[in-house]
Amino acid sequence: MTYVRPTFRHPELPKNKIGYAKADYEGAISTLCAGCGHDSISGAIVQACYEMSVEPHKLAKISGIGCSSKTPTYFLSNSHGFNSVHGRMPSVTTGANMANRDLIYLGVSGDGDTASIGMGQFVHAIRRNLNMVYIVMNNGCYGLTKGQDSATADFGSVSKPGSVNQFEAIDLAGMALELNATFVARSFSGDKTQLVPLIKAAMSHQGFAFIDVISPCVTFNNNKGSTKSYDFVRDHIEMTSEFDFVPEQSQINVEYEEGKSASVPLHDGSVIELRKLSPEWNPTDRFSSFTRLKKAKLKGEILTGLLYIDPESTELHDLMGTTDVPLNTLTQDVLCPGNEQLQKINAGFR
Amino acid sequence: MSVIVNDMVIRFANVNGTGSASANNMFSKAIFRMGIPVSPKNIFPSNIQGLPTWYEVRINEKGYLGRRAGIDVLVGVNPQSFDQDMLSVKPGGYFVYDSTKPLYEDAMRDDIQYIGIPMMQISMGFFDVARLQQLFKNIIYVGALAALLDIEMGVIKQIIEEQFGKKPKLVPPNFKALEAGFNYAKEHVECPLNVRVKRSDNIGDRILLEGNEATALGAVYAGATVAGWYPITPSTSIVKAFETHVKKLRIDPETGKKNYAIVQAEDELAAMGMVIGATWNGARAFTATSGPGVSLMSEFIGLAYFAEIPVVLVNVQRGGPSTGMPTRTQQPDLISTAYASHGDTKHILLFPSTPKECFEMMADCFDLADRFQTPVIMVSDLDLGMNIHLTDPLEWDDAREYDRGKVYDAEALDKIERFGRYLDLDDDGVCYRTIPGTHPTKGSFFTRGTSRDEYAKYTESGEVYVRVVNRILKKWETAKQYVPAPELYQSEYSSRRGIIFFGTTTYAALEAMDLFKEDGVELDAMRIRALPFNETVEDFIEKHDEIFVIEQNRDAQFRSILINELDTNPAKLIRILNFDGMPITAQTIMELIMANVESGMKHASSVQ
Repeated sequence: MTYVRPTFRHPELPKNKIGYAKADYEGAISTLCAGCGHDSISGAIVQACYEMSVEPHKLAKISGIGCSSKTPTYFLSNSHGFNSVHGRMPSVTTGANMANRDLIYLGVSGDGDTASIGMGQFVHAIRRNLNMVYIVMNNGCYGLTKGQDSATADFGSVSKPGSVNQFEAIDLAGMALELNATFVARSFSGDKTQLVPLIKAAMSHQGFAFIDVISPCVTFNNNKGSTKSYDFVRDHIEMTSEFDFVPEQSQINVEYEEGKSASVPLHDGSVIELRKLSPEWNPTDRFSSFTRLKKAKLKGEILTGLLYIDPESTELHDLMGTTDVPLNTLTQDVLCPGNEQLQKINAGFR
Repeated sequence: MSVIVNDMVIRFANVNGTGSASANNMFSKAIFRMGIPVSPKNIFPSNIQGLPTWYEVRINEKGYLGRRAGIDVLVGVNPQSFDQDMLSVKPGGYFVYDSTKPLYEDAMRDDIQYIGIPMMQISMGFFDVARLQQLFKNIIYVGALAALLDIEMGVIKQIIEEQFGKKPKLVPPNFKALEAGFNYAKEHVECPLNVRVKRSDNIGDRILLEGNEATALGAVYAGATVAGWYPITPSTSIVKAFETHVKKLRIDPETGKKNYAIVQAEDELAAMGMVIGATWNGARAFTATSGPGVSLMSEFIGLAYFAEIPVVLVNVQRGGPSTGMPTRTQQPDLISTAYASHGDTKHILLFPSTPKECFEMMADCFDLADRFQTPVIMVSDLDLGMNIHLTDPLEWDDAREYDRGKVYDAEALDKIERFGRYLDLDDDGVCYRTIPGTHPTKGSFFTRGTSRDEYAKYTESGEVYVRVVNRILKKWETAKQYVPAPELYQSEYSSRRGIIFFGTTTYAALEAMDLFKEDGVELDAMRIRALPFNETVEDFIEKHDEIFVIEQNRDAQFRSILINELDTNPAKLIRILNFDGMPITAQTIMELIMANVESGMKHASSVQ
């Protein structure tokens, strides 16, 4: 069943600059477990799109299979959505993006979807710098099949029935950095203050924007001993910076202490303003991001925030030299060379 | 010995990676330009350099283009395969070989004629560099063949001039090699041989074209803008040819940017995912693969079937199962393609038999996929795809308009109260879809591979599920009137026996029919061009007592599909099979049919 929200809205709800209320960005009522981290991420997506004044139909939401991949039903019901097959969201998004470069592509995936069955598609989407936002709702377990460890479960993490994970975790953010992803961030579903501006910055980024969001599974992985439980994450969280996303042509009203502040202008005229919490880290220096991430790991910290951004990123269409007009709008008169041309082609086969 | 003109099979035995392909094509083109029907086939290894490779050319005045067994002239350039090559020549035939080194006399036959041309030695006399010696050796044997078979030198020279139009410096050394071969043969052999060619006028306006390139042109003309693909023999040249043509034909004149996007995927799964994403988003997209790729794409094909997303896929079949015989031809993926994916699925298939039909059917695939919002698969094979075939010139009707099927635009959405993605409003099983980005508040829906109702909402209701999958089956019924109709080869049925064939079997089947006719045996014939089968197919089977189903696989898969789709009595359908990896011949068809008829008669008489 899909539970649909009542369409009646209070007429005086505040509107964003293109005239949409926040409610216009909501989706059906979630059928996930009460307290699931994923619902908070859905909320952050709604908030970010509302604040960014995204036209809902100019965004496509695409997912794979799993609890995380069900969430696109629960946000942006005025956007087209595509719940594809397990681990294959990146290829569907690639095709969709090739057809129309003008939409915002929001890919939602889980840790099983991305770190196991869909690992190949994930890394190749990074490699191509596909222009999309890729959110992993990372809970370290397979929720829909009742709690098996996933490939992002930390070594030594204890599952609900009490078994201890014997395998090293795949760190998706570290991997994205290694593969030269042009925007890499990690966040926590319980930290909306950080997550909302990260999603906004990711949507402004030209190229592959990856956000690994730790999102506890309240039903199968929120027990003592789990390294993806609410308590554990809250106790071990560490941030790269305080962070704000300033949309194009807005007044900059965050002021950070001199020497610790950094300002990263993006292609579309928006700016990322941040107050660095460690002096050796610089968000546009990939190597410093690696170092910062490794140090946090050694200390047992879960490092969140923006990890790396390449403000000069060139997305796939520009790498390939595709026309600026969406390909799906080209008409037969542009696409079909006609019979006269075909007869010339025939002559070459004689 | 009598002189045979314009009717021979000549086989070139080369080492792959030595530049022989270009010389061999030059040979075929020269025959073609002398107005004689020609049909070359590459018989190549799954290897880049150093292994034996063959190029077999049938030259036939009457225009039979199927393979024919029995080699009249073998051009032996590869000592590795000399023994085998000598054995392959038919008695009385010729073995033209590179006599730079002597042959082992033990292996020589006394029922064939040996013509030694010291190809390498001549080449070494003209060229210093080993690579050039190798390359020009090929042109030297073309020159020798011109003398031996009486090919017009002027025709070959013109081909060389055209080929090196952009590098005119290469023309004189090629001429030199060509003439050296020609002169040597003239001086040392009584030319021409008893098998030879003579200018004729049996080509008309036909062209020489590979099926894969024709397929690519079909995609260009149908307006495909997105291709996601993964390399696999024998399909690779489709996307490569697509790229070659769109680079010339699809550049925006003002900006110099591309009106297309080709993405080389990480695997076949991703290639199919890209096609699905692109067509879901309103572009025309396609991919091409072979049997192993179809296996890998199957999950996605099922998604496209159930979620009702247009997909155009080309399966250029090769020998299976598994990696099988990757450089040999077969028709072994019929069942795996027709019913690709788990659950109840079946797909529209089109079976081209000539390059011209590859072009037309590929364009049709896009219209059918958009019309029926489902995967449409063109089923070709290595023989058709990777060999050049004599075919009618390609034609595009400029009055033809793309059929983009049932799509609501913003204006249409404004007029309807509630959009239901899976409502069967026209009672033909086909519903109206919307493209992302069309309308700010109307027409959005959630595409999913799970069961859903008419409004695209998830459902686990058995009743709704049954309604939806039955409605999808209704599209299959509707499609019967849209897919290419079968071709019948008689205005009315005159025999109790019929033959059914499709794809590249056509060449040999039509030749076999003519030969049967010469023997006084009449057979009715039908070439099937698509699945689902329409009424004509049912009627043909109904009207004949015995039907020979000719196909190129072990398990008679096409026959199984006929039985499965039409509830035909299996006893009526007799298997005529060829699956050794070489294109089927008319002789094979005749032998198998005759053996069956005779054993059938014996059986009948033993009962009496």
